[in-house]
Formats: sequence, C-alpha cells, structure tokens
Amino acid sequence: MIIEAENINFTYTKGTRQILKDVNLTLEEGQVMSILGPNGAGKSTLLNCIATLNELDSGTIKLCGKDVRKMKQKEVAAILSYVPQNHIPAFSYTVFNFVLMGRAPKVGMFEKPKTEDFEIVAKVLKELGISELADKPYTEISGGERQQATIARALVQEPKAILFDEPTAHLDFGNQIKTLRTIKSLAEKGYAIIITTHNPDHAIMLGGTTAILDKKGHLSVGPTEEIITEETLKKVYDTKLKLSYFDEAGRLVCIPPNL
Amino acid sequence: MDTNSKKKNFYAIGFDLLLFAVLLGCIVIALCAGKYPITPKESIEVIFGELFKRGGAYSEMTKNVVIGLRVPRIIASILCGMMLAMSGVAYQSIFKNPLVSPDFLGVSNGACIGAAIAILMGLSGIYLSGFAFIGGILAVLITVMIPTIMKSDSNIMLVLSGVIVGGAMSSILGFIKYVADPETELAAITYWTMGSFSYVTIAEIKSVIFTMLIPMIILFAMSWWLDILSMGESEAKTLGANISVVRNVAIACATLMTASSVCISGTIGWIGLVIPHFARMCVGPNNTKLIPTAGLMGGIFLLLVDTVTRTISIAEMPVSILTGLIGAPFYAILLYKQRKTLS
Repeated sequence: MIIEAENINFTYTKGTRQILKDVNLTLEEGQVMSILGPNGAGKSTLLNCIATLNELDSGTIKLCGKDVRKMKQKEVAAILSYVPQNHIPAFSYTVFNFVLMGRAPKVGMFEKPKTEDFEIVAKVLKELGISELADKPYTEISGGERQQATIARALVQEPKAILFDEPTAHLDFGNQIKTLRTIKSLAEKGYAIIITTHNPDHAIMLGGTTAILDKKGHLSVGPTEEIITEETLKKVYDTKLKLSYFDEAGRLVCIPPNL
Repeated sequence: MDTNSKKKNFYAIGFDLLLFAVLLGCIVIALCAGKYPITPKESIEVIFGELFKRGGAYSEMTKNVVIGLRVPRIIASILCGMMLAMSGVAYQSIFKNPLVSPDFLGVSNGACIGAAIAILMGLSGIYLSGFAFIGGILAVLITVMIPTIMKSDSNIMLVLSGVIVGGAMSSILGFIKYVADPETELAAITYWTMGSFSYVTIAEIKSVIFTMLIPMIILFAMSWWLDILSMGESEAKTLGANISVVRNVAIACATLMTASSVCISGTIGWIGLVIPHFARMCVGPNNTKLIPTAGLMGGIFLLLVDTVTRTISIAEMPVSILTGLIGAPFYAILLYKQRKTLS
C-alpha cells in the first residue's frame, strides 16, 4: 500500500467546522482516485493533509507503510509528488530549471543538481513531448504548457504517488482531456494517483476509485461506477443530474438539466 | 548536461568576468580621483610597492593618500555594495517578491538605533560599529521571534512582524533624535543614517570581514535551495525542503551580511532593491548565477557612487543621497521595461 490514511480528523482553527471527520482511504500502485465534492467541502485540504502540508488533529497517514510523522520532508517528497493548481511564480525560471527543482529530494542543502539530474530532466521533458519548451520562461508559456511542465517536475521527483489539485481547472477543453490522458497513462505506468475535480465526467473517464467528500467531513470511497450515481450526485451538487450511457463515447456521461 | 545550459553557464561566467574587469577599472579610477590627483601609473606603483613591501619612486604624501585614505574606502564600499546586493537577492527569493530589500526585517532600523545610542553615549569608531551591528541583529531576532511566539510558520506572518518591528524602531529612533543635542549628536545621527565611508578604517573592515564573507559563502552554497524557496512555502515543502531550516539559515546569512555592511557605512538605501533586479534582467532568476553577478554589480555601483560623492563637492555628501537619486529613476526604468510581465 502506498498511501494509507486512518481515521484522520482535521480542523483549521478550534471552534470552526471540522473539515475531515474520521476519513479513511488507501491507495495502491497504479490506482487512480478522483475526489469529488461541493465547493468548500475541503477537497484540497484533504490533499494537503496527505501531502503533510497540514497538521492533523488526529489519525495517521502512512506512506509505504511508514508513519509520516516519523519521516523527514525529504523522505515524504521521495514518495509523493504534488502538482498544485496552475499558478505563476514570482520569478521567470526557464521551464528546464523549473522542472529541475523536482530533483530537490536528491540534492543536499549545500549542493547543486548534478549532470545526472540534468539528464533525467531532459529525458522526462522528451517523454512528455515538451522538450522545445525547455528554454522558455515558465511565466510566459500557456496554461496547458505550464500544467505539462508541472507534471514533468512531479515525474523527475521519481515518486510512487502523485497528487493533483484540480489538474483541469483553468484549462480549455482540449487541454483538460490531454491532462486526463496523461494521468491515465501515468497510472498505467504504476504511479498511485489522487486528483480532485469538480467534474464527475472526469472521474468516470479515469475509472478506478472515486471518493466523495461531503460538507460534514465524511468521505465515501469506492469503485467509481458504484459511487457515482444520480442519487449521490444530487446530494453533492444539490442539482438533479442525469447519468446516461452514451454509445459513441462508450461510457456513462453526466448531463445537467436545461436551465 | 545538455549543450544549451552549458552555453548559458559560459555566458554567465563570461559576464561575471567582464564585470570583474569593470570593477578593476573602477578601482583604478577611484584610486586616482579626488582632491589630491594621482596618475593611474602612480597609484598602481604604490599598491604593488606597499603590498610587497619593496617601496618605489613615489612620495610619502602619495602613499598616505592611497594607502591611508583611498584604499580603505575602496575596500569598504565594494564590500558593502556586494553584501547589500547579495542579501537583497536572498531576501527577494525568500519572500518570493522582487520588491523586497535587505532592510525588510528591520536590520537597518535596528542598526540605526544601535548607532544612535552609541552616539548619545559619546562612542565612535569601532564601538559605534559594534552597537550598530548588535542593534541590527537584535531587530531581526525580534522580528523572527514574533511568528514563533504566535505559533505560526508562515511568510506573511514574518512580513507583518517586520512591519511591526520597523514601526516600533522608527518611533524609538525618533525619540532618540528628539532627546539628542541638536548641534552635535542629532547631526551625527542624521549623517550616520544617510551612509558614508568617510571615517572607515582598515581596522573596522577587519572587524567585519568574517561576518561578511562566511555568510556569503554559505549563502552561495545553498543558492539552489533559494530557487526552491522562491516557489512559495507549500511547494518548497512538497519538493522536500525543510522550510524553517533553509529559510532561517538564509535569513541569518543575509542579516549578518547586511548588518556587517551597515555597521561600518551607515544605512545605504536602494542598492539591495535595484541591483538584484538589474542583475536578474541580465542573467535570469537562478540564484546560483544571480548572487555572484549581483554582488559584482553592487560592488561596482557603490564604489562609483562613493567616488563621486567624495570628488563632486568640497563638503562630502552622504552616500544615500546619490544612491537614491540614481536608484529611484533607474528602478523606474527597470519597471517600465518589465511592465508587461509585472501586471
């Protein structure tokens, strides 16, 4: 098991709403989990808890069987990559140097990346087909390209699991599908993957496991086709959604009603 | 390493060598310029003659001017310019904000108070420097401790406690100025807060050289991690950075460097803000390239400014007047050029 969360509870500040209540989840090699939930339910918070960015109230998270509280930040980063939501950093590093930062778990505090690290970056950029971006400033490429560069950075980290925080947000339709394809192929290569998304169709396309986080902090996890039903979607989005099988797509599709 | 980044490294090193040559040229100019004119040949003869203790065909007066007056100023202004520019680079990466300068966490304000107290006590020279140094370090320690007391580890908390400490410090400085004797002490405090190299001695330079150079070497050694820090806290953490260690070591180094320079020269504005910005435009944002380039540029800039202030008029002008007069419009030009990316 790569990621195990047992009975985790999380509140931001005392007296406010409990974001996560006795949440359990497990993730193994090659497994994709899509987390759905209404705005503000705490999908990103859950992801941040797993990434050890938030301190839990109680419960344990284990990575490859080891309690994260007993791990150094570098050990966590050697197992877990995090692809944050699209953002623009303050300084215009080139895509190559940006991706190179993914090698950090292997570089000492008073060291610099070595030839081997440069080679890995070049290799990953080539695999993702974005070698031509290498010398462009990260701040001046398109949102879709930035998404690819951030995925490249996650890969050079050589992790076992990758967490994506709303990987399809702010992307056009084509780039959303491209990103989902990349995610699926990564899972096929054996990475354990968790994504958060607002689109039930994305969960259906990815298959695997789906988890729904409600506003009370409960997480229900299961195989996507069992978890995503018209009934559960009604509860999550407070809107009547139709699920119907679409032959040409070869899958269920989620259709909102007319306005 | 692919050929492209190799080529870029060559470019950066070549650029630094060019800057180094410019610096040497500026040193010769600074040796010659002044109320007692010396030819470049003479100045170099004196330097080599005294360095290797073999003497030469130059007058005692020339020797005294070069070795006693100009050399200490030149060394001090280059070192201070380097320190301010490099710590500016570090601060800007730590706070992932290109608008931050080295006095962001209160070093300069604290140093001013230390110096002002020393002036009230009638101290001068190396004691005054010592008070300024301690004042600067104390101010930053207080700033850094506030988030710890409030049990928060975030940058924004650090920024805000910088504002708190800075505000308190300027009130205290105001109070000291208010009680100071306006004829002598107030004038000395005001002059000190505008920066000058008039009274710098070799002994003072020796007293700060290690607190300048050791942090500088550490900062350069960890320069790649400054890149990672500049991605923001949570991202740096997911990349495996032990944020509090990396950040605190970087802040400690940058603070020591700034405090060391402020305590021998007084506070000098603009260099730590403008030079890192300009260097970034020339060699890009990678701290490994940026720190040496910004250091050289800072050294050249402050050396030139100090040379101008001591030659332009009979009564010597404080350095900050000129760094501000040059720095502000220059910064405006830089921002104008980058206006599209800064939106």
